[in-house]
Amino acid sequence: MIIKVVVTLKNGVLDPQGKAIQQTLNGMNFNNVDDVRQGKFFEINVNENDEAKAKLQVEDMCKKLLANLVIEDYKIL
Amino acid sequence: MEVTEKIAVEHGLKKDEYKKICDLLKRVPNITELAIFSAMWNEHCSYKSSRKHLKKLHTKGKHVIQGPGENAGVIDIGDDDAIVFKIESHNHPSFIEPYQGAATGVGGIMRDVFTMGARPIANLNSIHFGSPQHKKTKNLLRGVVKGIGGYGNCIGVPTVAGQTSFDESYNGNILVNAMTLGLVNKNKIFYSKAAGVDKPVIYVGSKTGRDGIHGASMASATFDDEIEEKKPTVQVGDPFTEKLLLEACLELMAGNSIIAIQDMGAAGLTSSSVEMASKGKLGIELNLNKVPCREEKMTPYEIMLSESQERMLIVLENGKEEHAKKIFDKWNLDFAVIGKTTNTKKIDLLFDNKNVASIPIDFLAEDAPIYDRKWKKTKLPQKLKFDKQQFKSLNLSDCLNKILSSPNVSDKKWIWDQYDHTVMGDTIQKPGGDAGVVRVHGTTKAVAASVDASATYCFSHPLTGGKQIVCESWRNLISVGAKPIAITNCLNFGNPEKEKNMGEFVECVEGIAEACKYLDFPVVSGNVSFYNETKDKGIKPTPAIGGVGLIKDYQKMITMDFKKSGNIVYVIGKTEGHLDQSIFARNILLEKKGPPPSINLFNEKNIGETILNLIDKNLIQTCHDVSTGGILTAVSKMCIKGQKGLKINSFKELVNKHEYFFGEDQGRYIIEIENTNIKKVNDLLKKNSVHFDNLGVIQDKNLSFNGEMNLPIEELTKTHKYWLKNYMEN
Amino acid sequence: MKSSVIIFPGSNCDRDMDVALKKFGFKNQMVWHNDNSIPKSDLIVLPGGFSYGDYLRCGSIASKSKVIKSVIDFVNSGGLVLGICNGFQILTETGLLPGILQQNKYLNFICKNVFVKVKDKKNKYFKDIKKDILELHIAHNEGNYFCSNDEMKSLEDNNQIAVTYCNKNGDEGDENNPNGAIKNIAGIFNNKKNVLGMMPHPERMIDKYLSGEDGSLFFENLLRNLN
Repeated sequence: MIIKVVVTLKNGVLDPQGKAIQQTLNGMNFNNVDDVRQGKFFEINVNENDEAKAKLQVEDMCKKLLANLVIEDYKIL
Repeated sequence: MEVTEKIAVEHGLKKDEYKKICDLLKRVPNITELAIFSAMWNEHCSYKSSRKHLKKLHTKGKHVIQGPGENAGVIDIGDDDAIVFKIESHNHPSFIEPYQGAATGVGGIMRDVFTMGARPIANLNSIHFGSPQHKKTKNLLRGVVKGIGGYGNCIGVPTVAGQTSFDESYNGNILVNAMTLGLVNKNKIFYSKAAGVDKPVIYVGSKTGRDGIHGASMASATFDDEIEEKKPTVQVGDPFTEKLLLEACLELMAGNSIIAIQDMGAAGLTSSSVEMASKGKLGIELNLNKVPCREEKMTPYEIMLSESQERMLIVLENGKEEHAKKIFDKWNLDFAVIGKTTNTKKIDLLFDNKNVASIPIDFLAEDAPIYDRKWKKTKLPQKLKFDKQQFKSLNLSDCLNKILSSPNVSDKKWIWDQYDHTVMGDTIQKPGGDAGVVRVHGTTKAVAASVDASATYCFSHPLTGGKQIVCESWRNLISVGAKPIAITNCLNFGNPEKEKNMGEFVECVEGIAEACKYLDFPVVSGNVSFYNETKDKGIKPTPAIGGVGLIKDYQKMITMDFKKSGNIVYVIGKTEGHLDQSIFARNILLEKKGPPPSINLFNEKNIGETILNLIDKNLIQTCHDVSTGGILTAVSKMCIKGQKGLKINSFKELVNKHEYFFGEDQGRYIIEIENTNIKKVNDLLKKNSVHFDNLGVIQDKNLSFNGEMNLPIEELTKTHKYWLKNYMEN
Repeated sequence: MKSSVIIFPGSNCDRDMDVALKKFGFKNQMVWHNDNSIPKSDLIVLPGGFSYGDYLRCGSIASKSKVIKSVIDFVNSGGLVLGICNGFQILTETGLLPGILQQNKYLNFICKNVFVKVKDKKNKYFKDIKKDILELHIAHNEGNYFCSNDEMKSLEDNNQIAVTYCNKNGDEGDENNPNGAIKNIAGIFNNKKNVLGMMPHPERMIDKYLSGEDGSLFFENLLRNLN
């Protein structure tokens, strides 16, 4: 089963990429863009039928590898 | 919220320090004021444990334009050109988050340099990791290297030299020291001393967030319910913004708008505003509502303690605000007038129309505590008596291979391949040599720089170690043909509250001071990093010395690679065969006791100056100093670099070949000489009473000695290059 | 000959390129990314660096700059545009060159000398160049060229592959491919061969005290062909 995860920078951590993207969008006349935060998206195919179990495993992966918990948060979708 | 002694202690202040604050103010500080005191009085800003001893350093000389006490030191290199340089530590943040910690370390040191009006022209670094077997080492190394590269490469400043070591004492506390050199016209140097009353105080660069508000802030969070949201965060570096800030500052500096400028480094807005006012003997008033903030509902406490990166504080001439704003707008950077200079000699902070802090500047700077901490002298260890019979079973080739492939001697190409070392088009000596060399753009001059540390020697005997490391820096500069001018030092030590650690600090500083004075090689800038310890165990004392030298005509620069078969190779300086603390003793004999090799400053100076003389007269082709691993290691590296071999002469008088080849006596160099120059070289060496041995003759493919060692250079190259790449990629 | 080097926020090889162009006799001017027009030029150079910090995708944000419209007009009128390193990335993001530059295969930034083989000489850049194999310098994190099968076919059919990584003897084996680029591609042309994008930096190899001198050959040759 495929588990989807989004990893983003924690609230309050500076996101230089997001800032540059936002400024460019404004420059391209998307004037109502106030803020952009960017992150990473993962689709992880876990060989497991029980969704709860699979998510638990992915959570472990997030903590150990996919997210740097010092600066990033993760969300399992 | 009431400030109490408990809260003060949670902010890192000692009880008696808190009492002193209350006494000075004649009242209890509020939380914002406490934060300001805790930032200004901590070790990093106040140098309270080190100041007494740092005064011993030799800091003056005819080339010195600015010594310690400014954002960076400045030296005169002639023709109105000056070099601004400094080294700084970023150890703790790099251990927590290696990429961002190292990156922001590089960013911070570059800001220190361009704050003074200089364009950065070279970066260097000294990085020290735990044992390669330790589970964290590989990831820390990878992260730190990527962070240093990520920042420096993006800004477009070449990383031209560095040093990497491994030692188990860094297992829980790695060291990341970054150094930057910048070039400035000596008549256009900018300082942090404010002058004049009612001058606008300008904030430029990135917005302020809750980055890096240290452990202290955890305490402050207790008066707020949203504790999770306010957890201290690691500073994130944004090299792109720094590049813009660099260009914008240099553009503004081209005019006559700036009175004083200071980057917001450690303790951000607090230390930058207090330092500018303190140096100018002025007051400063800031309206914190005007500070550009990235996050909502930031309190004065947070604004003053934030360590968000890529920010500067500027005192402008009146009426220049519009001109300055235009420049920062062009570069898409925040710009805000946040206050003014005053004649009150106080720092006054306004927020929501209230005065939220009012502290006399002197209380924060001049009245900050100074400690004369207790320290313990380290006795010179007794010299060991090695069993020379045991050496007979040690085959020279095996020993050499072991040393060349050991973590601390092996080739570090895997690291510096990841640093852009050629951008700016003036790098004429790349990493991997004795020193990095960059040309002074558009002139015949070049500047050489190297960074060195030898914790093993310093640990064994700090006084000797301190002297040794200055001499090693001196030799590295001499070896490329540069006249050594000045140094910057990054003093990484354990806990100064422990007598042993404090003693290591004091004696290393004394050693550095003595060598610098004798060699006329003054210290112009630096940084002290204490409390490098984990679980009560301190690191080995690791003063890192960044040396800078001048080559007047860059065409005379020389390198360490052997050039031509048939040329003669000399060892300059006397070899007694000192094995104690050598890598041979430590890695092969597994003997870690004994004193480091002693330093003879007279010889150092005499030999160094003689080598420079030989280089200046174009009498030698190649030069390399002899350091860790002794003569045989040094010539192997020269063979590998030049892909040439060497036939080593057999010596009748040789007492013991292991001592001769692997001893780490100081003050020695290896040089390559064309046959036609031999007489002239001999004459000059004799005239200056410099000892030399005729070591051998360069040949095509092998490093050989007496029929008992015959190593193909191809094999040596592989041995030398293998370890790090293999370690990192497997 | 007149040249223009465009500066984007974050460009950092703009000065190096200016020095190189002037050394070989171009009258060079610097142009800011926000300018509406480019002064009359025989050659426009998009220099290396980290425009906009390489954020989002390398070159993607710079490709939306105001000045890019003028660059496209210049290309359509037959003008010569050279993109080095980040400049190459910007050219692929604007669509002036096909394909994309991905992260290096071994995921590390690489700074070192490499050899490249000149694959096509029927163009202003390499016509009559004195060497077939040049020693140049690379310094990048995203130089791993990739394109679709159709794009590759058309690159090959029109001889649009400009230079490929090789060793000093010209062998293009995998071991001589520093970043994993498809078919060892180090640089390509557009179909009219007036646009050249390449990862190696000739401007860092222009005198004997630097990494080498083959960059000089490139600039001398280009100037001769433009005269």
